[in-house]
Amino acid sequence: MNKNDLKKAFVASIPVMTGYISLGIGFGILLESKGYGPAWAFLMSFAVYAGSLQYVLVDMMAGGVSLVTTALTSLMVNARHLFYGISVIDKYKGAGWKKPYMIFGLTDETYSLVFSDEAARGVKDKHGFYFVLTLMNQCYWVAGSVIGGAVGTMITFDTTGIDFALTALFITIFVDQWRATKNHGPALIGVGASVLCLVIFGSGNFLIPAMICITCCLLAMKNRWDGSREEVR
Amino acid sequence: MDTQALLIVLVAAGVTVLLRFLPFFVFGGGKETPELISYLGRVLPFAIMGMLVVFCLKNVSVVAAPYGAPEAIACLVTVAIHLWRKNTLLSIVTGTVCYMMLVQMVF
Repeated sequence: MNKNDLKKAFVASIPVMTGYISLGIGFGILLESKGYGPAWAFLMSFAVYAGSLQYVLVDMMAGGVSLVTTALTSLMVNARHLFYGISVIDKYKGAGWKKPYMIFGLTDETYSLVFSDEAARGVKDKHGFYFVLTLMNQCYWVAGSVIGGAVGTMITFDTTGIDFALTALFITIFVDQWRATKNHGPALIGVGASVLCLVIFGSGNFLIPAMICITCCLLAMKNRWDGSREEVR
Repeated sequence: MDTQALLIVLVAAGVTVLLRFLPFFVFGGGKETPELISYLGRVLPFAIMGMLVVFCLKNVSVVAAPYGAPEAIACLVTVAIHLWRKNTLLSIVTGTVCYMMLVQMVF
C-alpha cells in the first residue's frame, strides 16, 4: 500500500472520526454510568462494533435480559447489514486475507465510504484502501468508547448535536450518488419506502419492513433498469 | 465478573458477525455471483443511502415543537454547501456546526 492511498484513506475517514469519537465517548459514558467500565467499552467496541446496537445493549446488560431476547434484538437492529454484504460481494472479490476483516468491520459509515466515488478517486490499491479505512474507523470507535468510559465525565464542552456529523456524511454521499447517475429510481425508492414504513411502523420497527419493501420494489424494476446498466452503474 | 452481561455481549457480537458474513457464505462462494444478486448489489447502494438518511432522522418529530426545524435547516445547509463547493469535509463540518448551534442556542 503506497503513501498516497494511505493519505486518501485518512482524509476520507475524517468525518467518521468526528462522529465515531464523539458517539463513542457518549457510549462509554453511558456504559460507565451503568457500572461497566472502560474494559467493557473496549470489549464491546472491539467485538460487537455496531453503534446503535451497542447503545441498546447497555440497557439490556443492566437489566439482565435473556440471551434469546438479545439475539432477536441484535437481529432486528442489524438486519440492514445483510444489504451491505450483498452490495459488496463483487467489490470485495479477490481481497484475499484482508477480506474477513473488511466484512467484519462493515458498519453503516464504512459502507457509505466504500460507495463514495470521491473518497476512492485515484486510489491504486482499492482493497488495501478499503481495508485501512475499515481499520481506522474501528480504531476511532474503540478509542472514543474507552475515552468515554475512562474520563468521559470530565468533558465539559457541550457536544449536543455533534452526532449530526454522521447524518451529514450520509447526506453528502446521497447527493454524490444522485449526481453520478441518471436513474434516480433506486434512491427515491430508498427514501420513499423508508419514510412510508417509518410512518406506518414507528421509529423502533421500521427498518425491516423498509428493507423488504425496498428489495421488492428493486426486484420489480429489474427488467426496466438492468437493461441500461451504464445508467444504474 | 458479570457473566450474564458478558454472554449478552458475546451473543450480540455473534449475531452481528453472522449478519455481516451471511451474504458472502450464501452468494459469494462461486466464481460468478448470481445475476439477481449482482443486480441488487448495483442498485442497493443508492437505495441504502436514502434509507440511512431516514434512519438517522427517525426520532425527529414533525408534529411537536420545534417541528424538525433544526434538522431540516441543517440538512438543507449541508446539501446546499455540497452542491456549491463539492467538498465532502466542508459540507459535513458546516452542516454539523450549524446543527449544533441551532440545537444549543436557538431551539
